[in-house]
Amino acid sequence: MAVLTDFKGEKPTWCPGCGDYGVLNALQRTAVDLGLDPEDMVVVSGIGCSGKLSAYFGSYGLHTIHGRTLPTAQGVKLANRDLTVLAAGGDGDGFGIGMGHFIHAMRRNVDITYLVMDNHIYGLTTGQTSPTSDPGFVTKTAPKGAVEFPVHPLSLALSAGCGFVAQGFSGDIPQLSAILKRAIQHKGFSFVNIFSPCVTFNKQNTYEFYKSNVVKVDDDPEYDSANLGLAMAKIEQTQSIVTGVLYEHNRPTYEDSVPNYSKTGLATAQHVLTEADFERLLTQFQ
Amino acid sequence: MNGELGWKVGGEQGEGIDSTGEIFAWTLHRLGYYAFAYRHFMSRVKGGHTNYKIRVTDRAVGHHGDDLHILVAFDQETVNVNWDEMVDGGIVIADVASGDVQHPETGNVHFCSIPLTGLAKESGSAIMKNMVAVGVTAAIVGLTPEDFLSVIEDRFKKKGQAVVDSNLSAVRIGYDYYNQHFSHHLQLPLRPVAIAPRHLYISGNEATALGALAAGCRVLAAYPITPATEIMYWLVKYLPEYGGVVVQAEDEISAVNMALGANYAGARAMTSTSGPGFSLMMETLGLAGISETPLVIVDVQRGGPSTGLPTKTEQSDLYEALYGSHGESPRIVLTPTTIEECFRFAVEAFNLAETYQCPVILASDLYMGMSKGSIDSLDTSSVQIRRGKLVTQSELEGVSRGEFKRYQVSEDGISPRAIPGQKGGRFIALGNEHDEFGSEMEDQSMRVLQMDKRARKLQSFHELSGASVSGPKDAQITLVGFGSTRGVIDEARTALMQQGLIVAHVQVSVVAPFPADLIRPYIAGAGTVLAVEVNSRGQLADQLRLQLGYHEKIQSCLKYDGDPMLVKDIVKRAKEVIAVGSVN
Repeated sequence: MAVLTDFKGEKPTWCPGCGDYGVLNALQRTAVDLGLDPEDMVVVSGIGCSGKLSAYFGSYGLHTIHGRTLPTAQGVKLANRDLTVLAAGGDGDGFGIGMGHFIHAMRRNVDITYLVMDNHIYGLTTGQTSPTSDPGFVTKTAPKGAVEFPVHPLSLALSAGCGFVAQGFSGDIPQLSAILKRAIQHKGFSFVNIFSPCVTFNKQNTYEFYKSNVVKVDDDPEYDSANLGLAMAKIEQTQSIVTGVLYEHNRPTYEDSVPNYSKTGLATAQHVLTEADFERLLTQFQ
Repeated sequence: MNGELGWKVGGEQGEGIDSTGEIFAWTLHRLGYYAFAYRHFMSRVKGGHTNYKIRVTDRAVGHHGDDLHILVAFDQETVNVNWDEMVDGGIVIADVASGDVQHPETGNVHFCSIPLTGLAKESGSAIMKNMVAVGVTAAIVGLTPEDFLSVIEDRFKKKGQAVVDSNLSAVRIGYDYYNQHFSHHLQLPLRPVAIAPRHLYISGNEATALGALAAGCRVLAAYPITPATEIMYWLVKYLPEYGGVVVQAEDEISAVNMALGANYAGARAMTSTSGPGFSLMMETLGLAGISETPLVIVDVQRGGPSTGLPTKTEQSDLYEALYGSHGESPRIVLTPTTIEECFRFAVEAFNLAETYQCPVILASDLYMGMSKGSIDSLDTSSVQIRRGKLVTQSELEGVSRGEFKRYQVSEDGISPRAIPGQKGGRFIALGNEHDEFGSEMEDQSMRVLQMDKRARKLQSFHELSGASVSGPKDAQITLVGFGSTRGVIDEARTALMQQGLIVAHVQVSVVAPFPADLIRPYIAGAGTVLAVEVNSRGQLADQLRLQLGYHEKIQSCLKYDGDPMLVKDIVKRAKEVIAVGSVN
């Protein structure tokens, strides 16, 4: 059985205090709690500070190009459905350049988990506006304040048919770990948006801000995460400053819906055609 | 008749032109002839001129032929567009449904006005005018309506015996009408006596898809695009029978990255596309290069740039296949020259991608991909699956997690490769420069070691010869082509030799790594070199100059008007360059 150190990769180089440490810690704890084997897991990460997660986590990893974590991760899963596959990126990677893939991954429902470390800013490139930056937020590329309406990842995910929509906060590792556990266990595409403060370039969406403003759905005894309407309402009421599993609904995964798709990992089988196969296949050309 | 017959049916798109051509071609193929079919069509669903040309021969050919002996015209435009292609003594069958069809006074052509639609209506339905036309053709070339029965049954038996009967009866009506009213006849070539056990009528796209399946490819991620979609159609039908899957991605960027992810995880996966989609995939070529992840991309080229000529053939993606994507990383570019090679190279593309751990671009084109031809064999017995330096679990025995050198600086430039799920093989595949373990770094000496390692890996490339050559090294003129032009250049060579010239032919099938040693003697020894290409810049000629030199003797024969290269285009240009050469 793997222990915490088995899920440690390279030593992180994030800024001291970066929210991404919390995400890494929560993910490591989750993996141990679920009894996963690091070499049966793949983390596919994008570009940005969040993209370093694959190197710092102890599983197999694929640090891909900007915005393409989701197609790549779906490819990994389709090649070997026996693996636990996670995609991870930031708000720029996922909701800027990669937005198209986000919507389609939710429609497709391949059984992977997508973590977005959302800091509302481009950090690695030293502070530009991101798709989730609040209106008026001053950055190097918006010195007079952001003028575009921000992306709302949670409501977007709900309307795209995502079967598991959650939000966590890297300042609350026990809660985040509990969310990640359910996300990984969910059969189908699961989406976890994580408030992961950038302590260097974002002085607005800070730990303090989230600690004093975040509403936890678990504190609401009436809340039912199977109810799409309640999820929508909760997001509206809290202006998205809400954490917990907002919605979970099981629908058949892509793997289980595609006719005749292999029940075991394609990557681990031999695929050789016999002469009888060829004879049969060639009949159509005769 | 020279052992061949050119037949064409034309009309408005959407009125069954393709199915008429298919029925004629399949029938001749089954009778033992060789059929080669080229479809001329437009980027719209209904309307616009379309035609289907079939060349019937007594041997396998790779070209639809310059000449036309029989033209079945369902409208005036078909006559206007195709008249110049008619040979002396040829026959035009014109449907008089839309009023009198006019024809030019040039040429010695028998013009037969026949109420094809009217006869079809009499036999039950106007849509059977195509079958009436097939019957007329049968009468001209000495076939019987019954010769078409097996193909008609295959196509229509699902709809019931009555539909089979009415189609066959329409063929008979056309057959009888022609015999009662006309007496011009044309001969088919001699019918081959023995039919090969694998006498196949197949397109380049179908052969490519079959090759991928045979190679063990079980994931195709693709976005629909003419002229590559047929690869997707074929695999949608057959991959599920083998546990595999075709994913229709949201765009080509997604498609290529899914293919990369699946390859990384140890399956064989590919994407298939054409120019616009291929352009979207460029960034991932670099990722596959630096992360040393196998990746197979099929590019069925069409007329560019941009949307260009979506339904016309071109060979203009060569620069892109060779140089597209930023930075420098190795890649293999295969350009199959025959339908058989589409199959063989598709198999080999996966072996090469895994052996050299780099992207392999299989670049055919619309002409190769969508044309169908009769061939006599498809060598399935030599299919091998070679996975290169993929490690086994036992080879990882004793390797502690984190110690596996995925990017080991090896002599041949190729490093051991593990896949997720293997114990002891954990590594990160990445687009950043990295050390031997796959850790991101910016150390200068390791950067150079890794760049040089990757650059070195193709030095040992030996699996494919890279070109086929015929004729003497010291020819007066050496014709050089790549990909789909093999058949037409071969015929142009024969035509030029019949005029007393000494001609050689080099057909390049691997553009990268370039088969310089094989080709060099044919360029060095030739009087003149004529690079024959379906593009406007002479992209292959540029490669010849870059790789071999001999700038002064390399000339180009180029075509980029949307139509495929013809024998006469090459012969005319060859004579021009020889005339200039002899004056010098």
